[in-house]
Amino acid sequence: MSDVVIHTEEHPHHPFLQHHFEDMQQQHEASTLGMWAFLTTEVLFFGGIFLGYTVYRLAYPDAWAAGAHFQNLTYGTLNTIVLLASSLTMALAVHAAQTGKRMKTFWLLAATLVLGSVFLGVKAVEYSLHFEEGLFPGSHFHYHGPLAPQIQLFMTFYFGMTGLHALHMVIGAGLLIWMMVRAWKGHFGEEYYSPVEIMGLYWHFVDLVWIFLFPLLYLIDRHK
Amino acid sequence: MTTAVIDSPILDLPKRRNYINAEYGFFSWLLTKDHKRIGILYMLAVTLLFLIGGFFAMMMRIELLTPEGDLLTSDTYNKFFTLHGIVMIFFFLIPAVPAVLGNFILPLMLGAKDLAFPRINLLSWYIYMIGAVLGLIIIITGGVDTGWTFYTPFSTQYSNTHVFTTTFAAFITGFSSILTGLNFIVTVHRMRAPGLTWFRLPLFVWALYATSIVMLLATPVLAVTLFLLMIERVLHVGIFDPNLGGDPLLYQHLFWFYSHPAVYIMILPAMGVASEVVAAFTRKKIFGYKFVAFSSLAIALLGFLVWAHHMFVAGISIYSAMIFSFLSYFVAVPSAIKVFNWTATLYKGSVSWQTPMLYILGFIGLFTIGGVTGLFLASLGLDVHVTDTYFVVAHFHYVMVGGVVMAYLAGIHYWWPKITGRMYPEWWARLAALLVFVGFNLTFLPQFVLGYLGMPRRYHAYAPEFQILNVMSSAGASVLAVGYALPLIYLVWSLWYGRPAGVNPWGAVGLEWTTASPPPQENFHETPVVTWDAYDYPSMLKAMGDTQNV
Repeated sequence: MSDVVIHTEEHPHHPFLQHHFEDMQQQHEASTLGMWAFLTTEVLFFGGIFLGYTVYRLAYPDAWAAGAHFQNLTYGTLNTIVLLASSLTMALAVHAAQTGKRMKTFWLLAATLVLGSVFLGVKAVEYSLHFEEGLFPGSHFHYHGPLAPQIQLFMTFYFGMTGLHALHMVIGAGLLIWMMVRAWKGHFGEEYYSPVEIMGLYWHFVDLVWIFLFPLLYLIDRHK
Repeated sequence: MTTAVIDSPILDLPKRRNYINAEYGFFSWLLTKDHKRIGILYMLAVTLLFLIGGFFAMMMRIELLTPEGDLLTSDTYNKFFTLHGIVMIFFFLIPAVPAVLGNFILPLMLGAKDLAFPRINLLSWYIYMIGAVLGLIIIITGGVDTGWTFYTPFSTQYSNTHVFTTTFAAFITGFSSILTGLNFIVTVHRMRAPGLTWFRLPLFVWALYATSIVMLLATPVLAVTLFLLMIERVLHVGIFDPNLGGDPLLYQHLFWFYSHPAVYIMILPAMGVASEVVAAFTRKKIFGYKFVAFSSLAIALLGFLVWAHHMFVAGISIYSAMIFSFLSYFVAVPSAIKVFNWTATLYKGSVSWQTPMLYILGFIGLFTIGGVTGLFLASLGLDVHVTDTYFVVAHFHYVMVGGVVMAYLAGIHYWWPKITGRMYPEWWARLAALLVFVGFNLTFLPQFVLGYLGMPRRYHAYAPEFQILNVMSSAGASVLAVGYALPLIYLVWSLWYGRPAGVNPWGAVGLEWTTASPPPQENFHETPVVTWDAYDYPSMLKAMGDTQNV
């Protein structure tokens, strides 16, 4: 190939260029590709549990319809809006980091963190309501109506899927705090913003998982 | 085509700085980000785990000397074959070639200073170690008896052993494999030296790339499957338990969706080693380079479509079984392409019989037997006859031990001079290779017969008429153990007493042979510029006037 790059030492290294990369562009491309590869793994990770959901939805359609009725549509809708809004602030934060606006980056990341925390808070309220209603699977499951074992299976998937999603949110919140610290210190600019960008990729992915979870767990067959 | 001389470390003083003496102290190893040191860390860990897995194998072979269950109770035997499988698969075979040899050699082959993500590389080792330590704790505190497949509902509802901890250990270890795969993919895409185009890459790189795709796409499915299994075990809900509305077949589908591709995680990098060694010790370009390269990708992709051949007797529909049977035949095609191409490379090559080549010649033969008996198992009728017999055991040991372990040993010997800067003693190494080959065949060839005659796997006692073949197998295992013990001794010995290797003891081409042995911390003093194809032995021999062993 013709992309022979002769490495020269004419200009000083960027402080965040790691020693094993030739230049900032190579480093940026490596980190974004790495995140995309990681998200591919994540798709397969969630894919397994979505497959399980689908198999039992086909096997027990009535229990799955009943399960959707146990979900609080208001909380679910609210959380969907909150999470979509957080994706917007995240995207704006990436843009702000790219254009070197330090405080704007910081505050947009903070807004994303707040919205993410609201989501988790609402989710915690939902979980505690399910627990009080005796819908948590296992020895705390006290629903004795028709289709009880199958509805317990639905709730197992509900908690498994939303739990995994919430775990990803918590990890994302931790990463956001780290990014806020780095933004505050003024690490990002036109030359170097890949951490914020790949943080954004991750955040949008987690958001996207919820976009699938919401209809599958709350909406489908609600009319039945 | 010309071979550029990148630098001349031969002229360096003996006390030259390299990755081993660049820094000293315990923490300079435990906190290292150097891919070469991490490769060594993996090598130590993997060797230890291999010895543990081997211990369980030896205990089983001793038990099976007699038809009665006289050494181990059936419960203990269940635990031993389970632990043998878990340790060997999750903690030895999967990391062995990629995480030890791949880690060390891949950046050198690419002319890179390191993998793309050195910190993630170190993290992957720590994750592996957490899984391994958990595994050791399980072994000490009573073990697990489900078989390495953790089939439900036995694993979730009935077994009273450490199922949760073991699945958790496998779950964790999976992430180390994912991170290694991710690192390799990005490294191959983004860290190649100038001029090193995709079709100039050594075939080991192609093999590692294909392996990494499988690691990245299959391992997360195992993770989520084990996650569901852990939920079922803890909450006693019925995800996979038919009594509670679950489907045990779903577990098997999900499990094998990972665990069949996992055998390609093991064998693909081994095939990569074979390509390197065959080219180096025949002094030829590999025959049909692009076919070998693309067959790696074909195996990786087709490998995802054959998982249900592990379930032919589990109650899946006959129509899906027919499709999976056909696809299992189909996946043999790219494997066969590789075998034919290696063989064609040997034709009219100047073959030399050094240890790595001996192992690889063994590998080609044994892998072929393992692969062809795989076709027996892929055919629906025959599979019903031999399912859960020693035929299956013999088949996958021919691929896993005759294939992967042989190639791993070939790779260790081939790159040992590069890794340590020392030569191993050739005579002892050839003896060990011979013992491994003979011992292996004596161990596992009788098991094909045993399986065909109907001896079921996973029992500590058997019918008396099977004893002769079992004694042969156990005797072979002892020879094999000696064959494995020898390298352990003479390789350690060579660290102090081995002859200094020089830059390129084999006269091989490839960027890893252009830098010093052991390589400097940054691998190359200057980033190499590649202007030649992989395995360009004809031009190299012409250009260098056949000056080997400089």
